Amino acid sequence: MSDNDKIIDEVTSSEYKYGFSTEIDADTLPPGLDEDTIRLISLKKNEPQWMTDWRLDAFQVWKKMDEPEWANVHYKKPDFQAISYYSAAKKRNIESLDEVDPELLKTFEKLGISLDEQKRLSGVAMDIVVDSVSVSTTFKKTLKEKGIIFCSMSEAIQDYPELVKKYIGTVIPKSDNFYAALNSAVFTDGSFCYIPKGVRCPMELSTYFRINEAGTGQFERTLLIADQNSYVSYLEGCTAPQRDENQLHAAVVELVALDNSEIKYSTVQNWFPGDSNGKGGIFNFVTKRGICETSAKISWTQVETGSAVTWKYPSCILKGDNSIGEFYSVALTNNFQQADTGTKMLHLGRNTKSTIISKGISAGNSHNSYRGLVRMSPRALNARNFSQCDSLLMGDKCGAHTFPYIEVKNPTAKMEHEATTSKIGEDQIFYCQQRGLSTEAAIALIVNGYCKDVLNQLPMEFAVEAQKLLAISLEGSVG
Amino acid sequence: MLEIVNLHASIDDNVILNGINLKVNLGEVHAIMGPNGSGKSTLSNVIAGHDGYDIISGDILFDGESVLDFPPEKRAHLGLFLSFQYPIEIPGVTVSNFIKTALNEIRNARGEEPLAASPMLKMMRDKMKVLEMDKGFLSRSLNEGFSGGEKKRNEIFQMAMLEPKIAILDETDSGLDIDALRIVANGVNSLRSKENTFIIITHYQRLLDYIIPDFVHVLFNGRIVKSGGKELALELEKRGYDWIKKEQE
Repeated sequence: MSDNDKIIDEVTSSEYKYGFSTEIDADTLPPGLDEDTIRLISLKKNEPQWMTDWRLDAFQVWKKMDEPEWANVHYKKPDFQAISYYSAAKKRNIESLDEVDPELLKTFEKLGISLDEQKRLSGVAMDIVVDSVSVSTTFKKTLKEKGIIFCSMSEAIQDYPELVKKYIGTVIPKSDNFYAALNSAVFTDGSFCYIPKGVRCPMELSTYFRINEAGTGQFERTLLIADQNSYVSYLEGCTAPQRDENQLHAAVVELVALDNSEIKYSTVQNWFPGDSNGKGGIFNFVTKRGICETSAKISWTQVETGSAVTWKYPSCILKGDNSIGEFYSVALTNNFQQADTGTKMLHLGRNTKSTIISKGISAGNSHNSYRGLVRMSPRALNARNFSQCDSLLMGDKCGAHTFPYIEVKNPTAKMEHEATTSKIGEDQIFYCQQRGLSTEAAIALIVNGYCKDVLNQLPMEFAVEAQKLLAISLEGSVG
Repeated sequence: MLEIVNLHASIDDNVILNGINLKVNLGEVHAIMGPNGSGKSTLSNVIAGHDGYDIISGDILFDGESVLDFPPEKRAHLGLFLSFQYPIEIPGVTVSNFIKTALNEIRNARGEEPLAASPMLKMMRDKMKVLEMDKGFLSRSLNEGFSGGEKKRNEIFQMAMLEPKIAILDETDSGLDIDALRIVANGVNSLRSKENTFIIITHYQRLLDYIIPDFVHVLFNGRIVKSGGKELALELEKRGYDWIKKEQE
């Protein structure tokens, strides 16, 4: 191993910086999954009968399905009977920060996302999901004046059952895939958002997820509806405490963009990736999809640095004519992390356009795969796609893989696909060092430059956070 | 300021430097000339701390202190700057971001506060004016798609921003047309002071018409075989390196 490899080896095998867990009394269901578990979850959440039936139906579908094995990831399959499917923080219906568990507030402070600060400085409304139950929602009033609904999924089921009933499962059906079916059966909470016709949401809507109870799977369900001519930018970000055992996360996010509306959905994901020997870490099996009606636009931006195993393909169904789908992604894997992530752009309508920019970074012993499908249906006259998939390798023990799938059934469609693979050069590092940067600072700078096209898509303050996160994920002590 | 004592260095078991002795004081400009393969670029890389070379014996001293064990960035913090013969591209990192990061890393290492955005920008604009650079330069990706001349000018711009005590210019004149050469030379001359020193590595006399050196050294087979004043450069230009080679045989 050359000196430079050693340096790269040192800086890329860093400990998870946000490794701590919060002790909060929780009301937790014993492990196991059967119809009774689902009835109990539904009962605890005081849900209407239609919701209970919907869950039970999903459970029947799930039982007949097999866990998918086509992804380029290897892990010990979770024992679904060993998971507890419900965990609620005991204190609920909190009106002010004073009532929030002080332990929890400390956790947020460590993460640098204290509510106070968020409220005061950034004007971001927060719907914080801690252990499956929302404990605090802010800025509701401002939003309410505009007619915007932004609340937990549980509240939405109680207060806006018609909207939920109309849209839930319409973008991602119960039978879509193994994890989506499981989520449909047992989801405990999540976020719900509705932007009325012609309304431009005046602030970035933000949810911070946090997995908190050891051994508790998280099954978040998010539903976001942008009515005609509306606009919303939604931020989702998360960090998790250090764990020895694997934790399953199988979220579902559905976006509905009605005529002429626009949804910008940004994610910064930093769940515990396992330690430097590959022990522990979150399994992140997420289904995210949006549907665009006429002239609507959905833009997914993600910065993925965490999780032991990632299986995630935020996608767009470009159903309406002139609709637009975008996917901007940075996926960073280090140590023994595995990521199989990408997107699906399904062009159904005429003059539909999609853009895919994917930047993979592999370090340590990790494996990073881009998997993307672009499909132009027979009706998709003049549809266009541009894809760019770049991979950056650090060291010589990691892997980068690209699996592009292209299906074109309309001769007028235009497709472009570009792909590059590169390594951080010793000469680049030396150049930076000569100008006064440490090796770690040099790598952070080079990596952030490489990811610029994606980071530029994030709202300003989120982009700054994401840059820091990339640096932290690759560095040992600097933060 | 900078003292090189009987320095021997090799790369992949090939000995390149064969006992270099050089003493450079503040306020002086030294030119190092020599034919291809004489060890000029190795010397600048070794002074800057490139880890691809093995130091067999000898020492490099900054202000009397040995820097052999210092990584490149620490030498930069002490005031060393190397203008690269082949500047490196870093895609997606703008010139302004790169210089800002470098300047603040150096300030931080010296226990100084980071320079705020507006004085930084003013400083950049002032220095760019001297080097006759376009403002659009700042937002370009570092060295990506730059012409040879733009890369060299960008090196001198960085040098002007970082205000080093010891600046080594490794073949800065190669790839420059006559106008660019004059602009770069003006930039260097405007930075000359009693507080710094320049080592100019070049094949040709040409650059030394603009930047007048106090001393000229001839490097051959990894050793300084001849030293003199500025007239030595003229003699080399006239007679080539062959007579030096013959003298050595």
